[in-house]
Amino acid sequence: MPRIASRTLLSGLGAGAIIGALLFACTSRVPKTSQRLVTGDAASRVYVPPGSYDEFYAFFSGGFSGQVTVYALPSGRLIKTIPVFSVFPENGYGYDEETKAMLQTTYGMVPWDDAHHPELSQTDGVPDGRWLFINANNTPRVARIDLTRFQTDEILQIPNAAGAHATPFTTPNTKYIVSATRFSIPVPNADVAIDTYARNFKGVLSFITADQPEKMDVAFQILVPGYDYDLAHAGKGPSDGWFFFTSYNTEQATTKLEVNASQNDKDYVAAVNYRRAEQCVAEGKARVMPTAYVHNYIDSVTHVAKSERKTSVRVLDPARCDGLMYFLPTPKSPHGVDVDPTGEYIVAGGKLSTVIPVHSFSKMQKAIAAKQFDSVVDGIPVLSYQAVVAGEVQKPGLGPLHTEFDGKGYAYTSMFISSEIVKWKLGTWEVVDRIPVYYSVGHLMIPGGDSRQPWGKYLVSLNKITKDRYLPTGPELAQSAQLIDISGDKMKLLLDFPTMGEPHYAQAIPASLIKDKQVKYFKLSANRNPYAVHAESDGGIARRGKRVDVKMAAIRSHFTPDNIEGVQVGDTVYFHVTNIEQDWDILHGFAVLGNQNSQLILLPGETRSIRWVPQAPGIYPFYCTDFCSALHQEMQGYVRVSPAGSSVPLVANVSPKAQAAMHAASGGR
Amino acid sequence: MTMSKYARLLTAAAALLLSTLFALPLWRIYLLAPQYPEGLGLEIHLNTVRGVSPNDLDNINELNHYIGMKTIDPHAIPVLHIMPWVVGALVLTGLVVALVGRRKLLIAWLVSFVGLSLAGLAEFWRWEHDYGHNLDLEHAIIKVPGMTYQPPIIGSKQLLNFTAISWPGPGAWVAALAVALAVAALVVSRRRQLAGGASGAPADVRADAVGEPDTDARAPHPRPAEVSA
Repeated sequence: MPRIASRTLLSGLGAGAIIGALLFACTSRVPKTSQRLVTGDAASRVYVPPGSYDEFYAFFSGGFSGQVTVYALPSGRLIKTIPVFSVFPENGYGYDEETKAMLQTTYGMVPWDDAHHPELSQTDGVPDGRWLFINANNTPRVARIDLTRFQTDEILQIPNAAGAHATPFTTPNTKYIVSATRFSIPVPNADVAIDTYARNFKGVLSFITADQPEKMDVAFQILVPGYDYDLAHAGKGPSDGWFFFTSYNTEQATTKLEVNASQNDKDYVAAVNYRRAEQCVAEGKARVMPTAYVHNYIDSVTHVAKSERKTSVRVLDPARCDGLMYFLPTPKSPHGVDVDPTGEYIVAGGKLSTVIPVHSFSKMQKAIAAKQFDSVVDGIPVLSYQAVVAGEVQKPGLGPLHTEFDGKGYAYTSMFISSEIVKWKLGTWEVVDRIPVYYSVGHLMIPGGDSRQPWGKYLVSLNKITKDRYLPTGPELAQSAQLIDISGDKMKLLLDFPTMGEPHYAQAIPASLIKDKQVKYFKLSANRNPYAVHAESDGGIARRGKRVDVKMAAIRSHFTPDNIEGVQVGDTVYFHVTNIEQDWDILHGFAVLGNQNSQLILLPGETRSIRWVPQAPGIYPFYCTDFCSALHQEMQGYVRVSPAGSSVPLVANVSPKAQAAMHAASGGR
Repeated sequence: MTMSKYARLLTAAAALLLSTLFALPLWRIYLLAPQYPEGLGLEIHLNTVRGVSPNDLDNINELNHYIGMKTIDPHAIPVLHIMPWVVGALVLTGLVVALVGRRKLLIAWLVSFVGLSLAGLAEFWRWEHDYGHNLDLEHAIIKVPGMTYQPPIIGSKQLLNFTAISWPGPGAWVAALAVALAVAALVVSRRRQLAGGASGAPADVRADAVGEPDTDARAPHPRPAEVSA
């Protein structure tokens, strides 16, 4: 029976696609529907006059760019790209000696990733603007971004996992962020036949301590059946202490999942009592499993990244921890799982479902107490659907994915297939409004919309297909986001704005919670980089074997030293450049001819080091790459490279005192 | 002739007010430019010159190297070593005047106070003139023929891309208030002198004879705050 229903639905989608194609063929002659939908005052609603600030910071994941982009709302203006999981030659992140350790993993350096879900830290279930977390989907990692500097400070690899998709969702006080595996694999990973999936493949739900900078770690992992774990959200209020994860592929297929993982009428939402998990861990019920994962963080004293290898993790088996978790049957390959601001309702977006099912936390508690179980899977009781479901939103549209809330009793669900956003009322489950989006929305986002206190003024639709929204740019187009006013009864489209990479999810927060905490420069007197110079007179050059270290100051509009001789082919040169400016937005850059590595961008008061291996004798100019001042073009210097074994003495035009000090420090050569 | 209790109190208040000059900036110079919307600022104190924000002085020096201006180093400005002693002496002598209560001493104190203040302003102007005019043109990066960089004492002036706005700081206003208090002390003691003269006996002698409460009952003296207002 479920198979027939699914086939009917799929053929329905096929028909929809054909009709869509026919309509698309005609669109060149009909005006875009959106043009009629934008009302007269939309422009003034999104216009932020010169000299004024936007109302919200919005953090968009970069998707396959591996970065985070920051937009301002309501204007939709891009104001920052924060490098996270991918190297960033724009400022040297991942290339320079200070940050390259950030991208270390047990697989070696992984200089890219696929970043999906930005998550703001919370206090009492409300975004607080301290940190932003984001996941690396491919090589499972989570990163912490400090929101006083908009810099990535910490990256933790997640062991026993592949595909960290349901990541990094936070508990109400950011004690934990969680990570669940999208791709189940053998735990520990092993060389097994793929068709032994049901026997050998497992998922893990990881709870990561997140409220202490420099100390993120996997507190424990829960070993779960080998399904695909998709998204997650923490409980709040009455459901505080619980975490909910969606799963699909309960069929445990390994091939052609689009068909083979779409067979079951219901998959599961996993409800995890993490306080119970803490108890079981404290009682020693978790086994300590040897493994390997890497923790990287920027040392807060030296501002240099450190990388440490961890060798074990605590793994908890639900069969050994009674009451740890339950499965809530949920139609049908559910994607998002979203908890409403009161903490009572758990909304799942069954992407192939014709309804939006809403579970009730209080009903779930009663069902657990009454042991209303349909079955038990690997020691995990499966609750009866009828016993836990609070209601179903009927005929919401096609392809429900994600739901967020406005804090006024309404929920908004993205509909991928019917390309619309549907507003419905919690409790009555009736659809009250719908608005088309262009085209095929994935995530949607309301500032604070997954928290206890949404700022329910705007909604952003993060669309997956762009087509004709902007001037065409060849085969590859920008992604498309749309800003929708949700302050009234009816949703109103305000603005299209292009986004970069492929944003999956975004989160936004009132600017007032972030903008006044911004660091404007780093205090030079507090710079503890081992190669820092605190004044121009501190610069110098030293050789240790084949390694040459140049300590250099950058200040408007020159480098000290700026003439260097005595470098030889075969040497490895490290330029340690300190921007000794102490003023906001006075940056310098450093680039040297033919460097196969990167350039540097130096924030005021900061030291960065770039490695350079010159290949041939000659003169190599270096210069400032960030237009810093009226005499920026004069900010340059030369390195003379001589053949190996040359008698040209190693000199740099710095003060004799600094030269002597550096010579002595290097053991004098 | 001696001064009344109120004149002495006013004099003492003037002297004590001056002691706040050790904490308050005397003058402020703000520099605004298109690329410095938040502005840079200098505060002139008795004993130092510092930035309004922590790094303003360094940043102003950094900018001044383009036009060949000398680096502003507070330690190298002689007058800043003398000023604390001058003001300290004014505070002490003011208190002595209040204690001794001689009107002529008060006049002398006031005259020297005002005279030293004017001398201070003149020195400030000379200092600005020196930094603004004596430029190292050999090493200056930006040379505009005929251009000098002296900010005004009060008011604003365009110096290349910067608008320099100079204005008395809280210390200067406090000093002005101290002058007003000392003048009030003079006026009060003069009024008493006139009143005493009319009755045929020096006011202070009579006051001594009948005691202060009598004076109070006859005509309440304005409090210092009212005088200054």
